Amino acid sequence: MRYLPLTEDEKREMLASMGLEQIDDLFQDIPPEAVFQGDLDVPGPLSEAELIRHFKALAAKNQDTTKLVSFLGAGVYDHLVPSIVKRIVGRGEFLTAYTPYQPEITQGVLQSIFEYQTMICELTGMEASNASMYDGASALAEACLMACAATKRELVILPATLHPQWQEVVRLYLESQDVSIVYMPLDEQTGTADLNQLSELPWGEAACAVVQQPNFFGLLENVTALESRIHANGGLLVMAVDPISLSLLKPPAEFKADIVVGDGQSLGQAMGFGGPAFGFFATTEKLIRRMPGRVVGETVDAEGKRAFVLTLQTREQHIRREKATSNICSNQALNALAATIYLAVLGKQGFRDVGYQCLQKAHYLKQRLLEIPGLSAAFSAPSFREFAIRGAFDWAEINRRLLDRGFLGGLPLARFGHPDLILFSVTEARTKQEIDAFVSTLRGLIQ
Amino acid sequence: MSEKRLYTKEHEWVVVKGSIARIGVSDYAQNELGDIVFVELPSVGDVVEEGEGFAVLESVKAVSDVYAPVSGRVVAVNEALEDSPELINESPLDEGWIAEIEIDDTAQVGDLMSEQEYMEYLKGV
Amino acid sequence: MTVRANIPLIFERSTPGRRGYRLPELDVPETPISELIPEEYLRSEAPALPEVSELEVVRHYTQLSRLNHGVDVGFYPLGSCTMKYNPWVHEDLVSLPGLSAIHPYQPEETVQGALELIYNLSEHLAAIAGLSKASLQPAAGAHGELTGLMVIKAYHNFRGEGHRREMIVPDSAHGTNPASCAMVGYKVVEVPSDSRGGVDVEALRKLVGPNTAGLMLTNPNTLGLFDENICQIAKIVHDAGGLLYYDGANANAIMGIVRPGDTGFDVVHFNLHKTFSTPHGGGGPGAGPIVVSEALAPFLPGPVVAKDGDKFRLVMPEHSIGRVRSFFGNFLVYAKAYAYILSHGPQGLREVSEAAVLNANYVMNKLKDIFELPYDRICMHEFVLSGACLKEYGVRTLDLAKRLSDYGFHAPTVYFPLIVEEAIMIEPTETEPKSTLDEFIEVMRQIAEEAKENPEMLTSAPHNAPVKRLDEARAARHPVLRWARQ
Repeated sequence: MRYLPLTEDEKREMLASMGLEQIDDLFQDIPPEAVFQGDLDVPGPLSEAELIRHFKALAAKNQDTTKLVSFLGAGVYDHLVPSIVKRIVGRGEFLTAYTPYQPEITQGVLQSIFEYQTMICELTGMEASNASMYDGASALAEACLMACAATKRELVILPATLHPQWQEVVRLYLESQDVSIVYMPLDEQTGTADLNQLSELPWGEAACAVVQQPNFFGLLENVTALESRIHANGGLLVMAVDPISLSLLKPPAEFKADIVVGDGQSLGQAMGFGGPAFGFFATTEKLIRRMPGRVVGETVDAEGKRAFVLTLQTREQHIRREKATSNICSNQALNALAATIYLAVLGKQGFRDVGYQCLQKAHYLKQRLLEIPGLSAAFSAPSFREFAIRGAFDWAEINRRLLDRGFLGGLPLARFGHPDLILFSVTEARTKQEIDAFVSTLRGLIQ
Repeated sequence: MSEKRLYTKEHEWVVVKGSIARIGVSDYAQNELGDIVFVELPSVGDVVEEGEGFAVLESVKAVSDVYAPVSGRVVAVNEALEDSPELINESPLDEGWIAEIEIDDTAQVGDLMSEQEYMEYLKGV
Repeated sequence: MTVRANIPLIFERSTPGRRGYRLPELDVPETPISELIPEEYLRSEAPALPEVSELEVVRHYTQLSRLNHGVDVGFYPLGSCTMKYNPWVHEDLVSLPGLSAIHPYQPEETVQGALELIYNLSEHLAAIAGLSKASLQPAAGAHGELTGLMVIKAYHNFRGEGHRREMIVPDSAHGTNPASCAMVGYKVVEVPSDSRGGVDVEALRKLVGPNTAGLMLTNPNTLGLFDENICQIAKIVHDAGGLLYYDGANANAIMGIVRPGDTGFDVVHFNLHKTFSTPHGGGGPGAGPIVVSEALAPFLPGPVVAKDGDKFRLVMPEHSIGRVRSFFGNFLVYAKAYAYILSHGPQGLREVSEAAVLNANYVMNKLKDIFELPYDRICMHEFVLSGACLKEYGVRTLDLAKRLSDYGFHAPTVYFPLIVEEAIMIEPTETEPKSTLDEFIEVMRQIAEEAKENPEMLTSAPHNAPVKRLDEARAARHPVLRWARQ
């Protein structure tokens, strides 16, 4: 085998050094009835060349966005990624390191996480960030559980405008701990949480209220109205935010958020069929000891030199076991590193440019689509880089025809209970030419 | 009415003045735990049962409960520990005290060990 | 060469007005931002991201990378973590745009290759586990544990046995086991180890009952020992109505040798970033798929991939618990595990485990006269020594760990499992040549000598690392978790 270095002579010599004769002697503790007889039912072995051929054949059965012009979003976005991000993340010293439990020889990972935590704090305005979570949805679920622990309450208020998959993940995590969920209904007119029905919700029992900003439909929620309700009743405000939007939008801390989470896919990550990217998790200084996941802190070494180390570890499973704040162990460190490099190379101005171009290009597509007879805006609230359009068409069928012409259309919302709606997303990666061509193709298909 | 320092088998100490018991951990305990980095204090007004964990000491890589040597109501906590948990290492018997409990029933204090008995007990630990 | 750490933070390299990357000029007509987003939603101050050139970014992170130990840099015998070689060809494979540049909401007919990969890998993992169906959604080992426990809970609930809420966990278990139990509202019942390091069968017999949801077991366990009584253990738990959960953290010892399903396990999670060689990335991303028996398959998270003729489609299992994260898990991570399985084949996977066990026993045998070996048996892919013998020189296991880095080796796992005093847990993995093992053995001997003759050499170690020993108490007492703007 290619990766196994021991020669037959070495094996014999090593066995002999223990007084053994054959490899099977090493497995004498395994009871005979437990030993597997025969060969595993898996294919292979393939040589490197054969493996590459197999993967190329699989990849060729997919249609990817280097060939298609995509207007799909809903949680995963086709943003530009500077070349250096992948190059640096691919360095073996980062790629093949374990969690930095031995800080003296893992300062590279540790410092990069410290920089990452700083960037998340800068984006969100929060006081502390952890080192990353699996994804945005599970980060939100953990945020709800943390709010329950902090308030000693067992009810969470979720908006109906939260991404449906995130709703599913949160529901599963909360059900597992017998936490109940109450939904803020959708205002069909604005596309945001219905503020007229807020007074009917059990604020006094709620550990937290969740707001997704922008919400699943790409729209901006009225956070202030929710914030005053939840805080007046002793609960926490949890915000799930899109990091790219924070280039332009007010940081959640200014809305008095207690916990802020989000999905980091749009920060320099491949779409990769939905993973891996990462979730981020930030909170206030007051709540840091309730935060799940790893955290890096600054300290000094024996010579007084600045250095970084995993800290506040007593919150974690390897010390507190069943009393830990969460069971999370591995996170998405390499993806967080990619985000750090992405944000560093874009810099202050470049990051703003990304958000600004998304906003302008999305608005441009929206205006062009609204010129097409039969299409109208689905909702009235302001949007960022994603918006829903209403039109009584078979959107799945239209998407199939768009595909034949090289376009990946929006996401039909029929499966989420909105048969006439379709959700479009536009990033800085789309050009005016692509948008115009898409609009005229769509116009042709509809008429 | 005694003002002697009494000890538990879990290495807490208690000094009773009138109905108020001041509680901390022994020098042996702080030494075993190593650098204390955080103390989770109870709240004033909390009602605690004898033997119940009512505070938590954290070192870098360990967590230990502090068990109430007496039952009663917490009437004071050592707020200095919030900023300076190291006081428990530096002065476990004095500046590193943890909380004061107003005792329900003074009789139960009799179950604790005297300083001399505790020293004997440590030899067997 | 030793690189000394003295690298400023990227923020400290910032020069106002400097830029590292430019977007194409905006080519659509601009609308004033105030017409698009109301003032009260806009931020007044940009986040203080660094303002640096592309070269500065490249140098900064390249310099940081050089402060790191990785498998590519040197031996990494970190017990329980399976730090084996991560084939570089895998990085090329997952960079193919046909895999990396596909959107999870694309119509199924446009992602048949991705679905085929998921289907195939699910089948292969089921074959290796000796069980029926897999879900690739969990993002890491602990996430797999959580998912597996949720499936077990859903199964009991479905059968009207929701009162089964006690999960038995050995005292040698990873911390994630009890923590995962707490996440699903299970009470942890600890079963002690016997004198051979396995589950104390008599104690187990007394612990099971009508409230038993199941038993979580790592086999081989965290001592690196195969539990000889596994079939008996499985029977005790099953007879009581419980299920068996296999923590696959140590599956590198058993591929093709034991299939957990054959020994009675109902749920298995694999840490693909351990056994199947996807890189650890400094702490993630991992992948923690679970494989379950036929009876539990309807409860798996979804969607999973089904095959109709030569077409693949996404389906939700009949009584699915739902989703444990968005979309299909860490696709580009588990695609590497798929490659790993294909490049080895059935015989190759078996040889991997054989060599992992051989390497571990070889090192153990050479070190057991220097350090105490609390459970002196043939081990599997890892073993646990005790560093308690160093105490008389004022040296602790931690000091030994730090000293090893002066010799270019990463430390073993220390102070775990908790049931061994001053534990030193060593896992060489199968990809290390004998010469590296011999060097490591020699260095361990040398350090043991140093402990006697010059203990200060250990207690003040490391001497050649980028930084000296760190003040961890200071970091925890007054947490500084971010760079403060000047």
